[in-house]
Amino acid sequence: MAAFLLRRLGQVIPTLLILSVLVFALQQLMPGDPALILAGEERGDPEVLAQIRSELLLDRPLVEQYLHWLWRVLHGDFGFSWRIRLPVAELILSKLPVTFQLASMSFVIGVALGVPLGVLSAVWKDRPADWLINGVALFGISMPNFWLGIMMILLFSVQLGWLPPSGYVPLWEDPVQSLATTIMPAFVLGTGVASILMRHTRAAMLSALAQDYVRTARAKGLAERRVVFRHALRNALIPVVTLGTVEFGKLLAGAVLTEQIFTIPGFGKLVVDAVFNRDYPVVQGVVLATALIFVTLSLIADLLYMAINPRMRQT
Amino acid sequence: MTFRRVLLTACAALGLGAAAHDAQAQGQNLRIGLREDPDILDPTLARTFVGRIVFASLCDKLFDINDKLEIVPQLATGHRWEDPRTLVITLRDNVRFHDGEPMDAEAVRYSLDRHLTMQGSFRRGEIGIMEAVEVVNPRTVRIRLRQPSAAFLSQLTDRAGMIVSPKAAEAAGRNFGNRPVCAGPYRFAERIAQDRIVLERFPEYWNAAAIHIPRVTFQPIPDSTVRLANLQSGALEIVQTIDPDDVAAVRRNSRLRVAVSDELGYQSITFNIGNGARAQTPLGQDARVRAAFELSLDRNALNQVVFEGMYTPTAQPVPPANPFHVRAFQPEPRNLERARALLREAGVQTPVRVELTVPNNPDLRQVGEVVQAMAREAGFDVRINAMEFASSLQAATRGEFEAYLLAWSGRVDPDGNTWTFIHSRGPQNDGRYSNPEVDRLLDEARVEQDAEKRRALYGRIWEIAIRQDRSRIYLWHRKNIVAHTARLQGFSVSPDGLIRPQGLRLQ
Repeated sequence: MAAFLLRRLGQVIPTLLILSVLVFALQQLMPGDPALILAGEERGDPEVLAQIRSELLLDRPLVEQYLHWLWRVLHGDFGFSWRIRLPVAELILSKLPVTFQLASMSFVIGVALGVPLGVLSAVWKDRPADWLINGVALFGISMPNFWLGIMMILLFSVQLGWLPPSGYVPLWEDPVQSLATTIMPAFVLGTGVASILMRHTRAAMLSALAQDYVRTARAKGLAERRVVFRHALRNALIPVVTLGTVEFGKLLAGAVLTEQIFTIPGFGKLVVDAVFNRDYPVVQGVVLATALIFVTLSLIADLLYMAINPRMRQT
Repeated sequence: MTFRRVLLTACAALGLGAAAHDAQAQGQNLRIGLREDPDILDPTLARTFVGRIVFASLCDKLFDINDKLEIVPQLATGHRWEDPRTLVITLRDNVRFHDGEPMDAEAVRYSLDRHLTMQGSFRRGEIGIMEAVEVVNPRTVRIRLRQPSAAFLSQLTDRAGMIVSPKAAEAAGRNFGNRPVCAGPYRFAERIAQDRIVLERFPEYWNAAAIHIPRVTFQPIPDSTVRLANLQSGALEIVQTIDPDDVAAVRRNSRLRVAVSDELGYQSITFNIGNGARAQTPLGQDARVRAAFELSLDRNALNQVVFEGMYTPTAQPVPPANPFHVRAFQPEPRNLERARALLREAGVQTPVRVELTVPNNPDLRQVGEVVQAMAREAGFDVRINAMEFASSLQAATRGEFEAYLLAWSGRVDPDGNTWTFIHSRGPQNDGRYSNPEVDRLLDEARVEQDAEKRRALYGRIWEIAIRQDRSRIYLWHRKNIVAHTARLQGFSVSPDGLIRPQGLRLQ
């Protein structure tokens, strides 16, 4: 177990390094000069541009820029946002609780809807209930988040006046208001996750229900409920856990469109604004943080496999 | 059924909580929806227009402008020119900064010097003509200019005229913008990046009697539909800029109001005349081809189709509300006959291929498509190159364009709308248009103090640079369209599009 953990951690560092090089290189490929953006309406003044470039080290060779950035990151300094001059680490830390809350709520909604519906749909295969659930799931997958989001705002905020249309209040400041501001975006994101989880749970359940051990269990005269939940579902959950952690990781990476629509100040909005403003230190910082989250989550997924399936503990 | 009941109860409970929260906020807090998150709140380093909206509540300036675009004193009480290069400004008495420090001549000298010399200052271009600031006495400063300037005073009506607390600025250095200390009606309370900026009333404000709302909150909401939904549901009191096609819906709603004013800037098409290889096209090299292009366009139809007829068609960079607008200089009506004749005269092969670079947003893309359709009838084959904004700016600067549709937010003084763009040394003359006579006239207009003579100079500049050389096509002046709740009283939108808190009341 310890060796496994060490081996996995050993893989993390090169992964992050390669990723940081990639992000750095990709940003250089992106058209649009950050100095021009920062100069705004003063963009025509060569003196202003030169000054910005030298201040941000943009006039140095690329390798030097990268090493400079890496050196500072290794010392825990992610640099400053070029646009609002706040430390990148502070920006990321301030967005983390927001994104974590939204991601958790969406994930809970997604799992609570997706897994049971997937099981039901497999058990009732090719019956009207199965078709209905599949239809709804297809709807959930195909519905663009921004459209669903705007429709919900128009219905629940503008027409009915039940929920605030956008914005965010931290959970510790005012829990009720915090839930009120996040429930719509969480639902929008959650339905997407639910649809995907439902489809995969259904497929995994169908394959599990066709296995010999299920037939044996039934032959032994076990109650159907017990067969489905104790025997089939437990085995069917492995791929669902993998997928679930990936989906959760995606949610934590920031839901760009949903955050934009509901004006939730999370990771997605941070990185999109940073890209449009060519605020490179923020882009790099967020990508690195996201990668770290993904790596951690995939580690958790591995540990979860072991918890669910004892056979995997030996490898 | 049970699930539905639970859902409804949950929604209602959340809704009630939210409503209670709202009721508490009403009358106490003016919530303003901005179209993007402002950049740093340091008057020396700030660049964005939305940032200026925040500054209107946070930092007073030496001078301000009124609805007629006249310059009026704010922290100053008056000014006089000792000679064309020496400006004396007298200051208001008993003004304090948010940290309690006195706002005096020394603070003015400090702030102007800071704007001029601080590394990364965006004000240097605006007041770079300033040579020295002298403290005459605590209530008077004398500013010496390197050369006469008719536009200098107007620069002090914006961020270059904002006075900051020297003590706070010295202590915070480059981080001053994270906690700005000025002499405006509201002081900085908190900022959560991309979420909100909160200001609270400054009791010792010199004009405190005009401030009736205890708190102002600015919330960046990029999506215009969502911004409007926030206003409709009562989550905001004011939204900055709504789309022209939303105006009708707002007017139908009895709880909402719309305030409209002409903005200071314009929308134009820049031609690449001399910036690199891409200028070597019939369009770039022959004014007759550019004239034909312009004559193929119907500005009124364009305005009707894309902007519900809300904007003001124009042929010049200075809007009608500005005293230097030249009334006689009107757009030519669409004339396809003449356009085709000009192309024949120029001896070019039709269709003439033109690449029109357009910043990638739905409205401007639509403008591009209408231009494409109109120009086709005169013999142009317009291809639209929709580019993300940052990329399009870079392309324009490098001369990687043939025609570029771009807006300018505008300045109070006409020099700010012209010199930079059509003078051969103008830093934003992306098409590198150059005519020595236009340069001479622009330099002359820059220093001419007599308004009548100055207007005549601009009239001649338009005749040469626009009508004769066709360096650019000016299409329309946009409008500042601000929607607000009917509970807000005393609101009007000024031509600069800023939201000034003085005199506003919430019921």
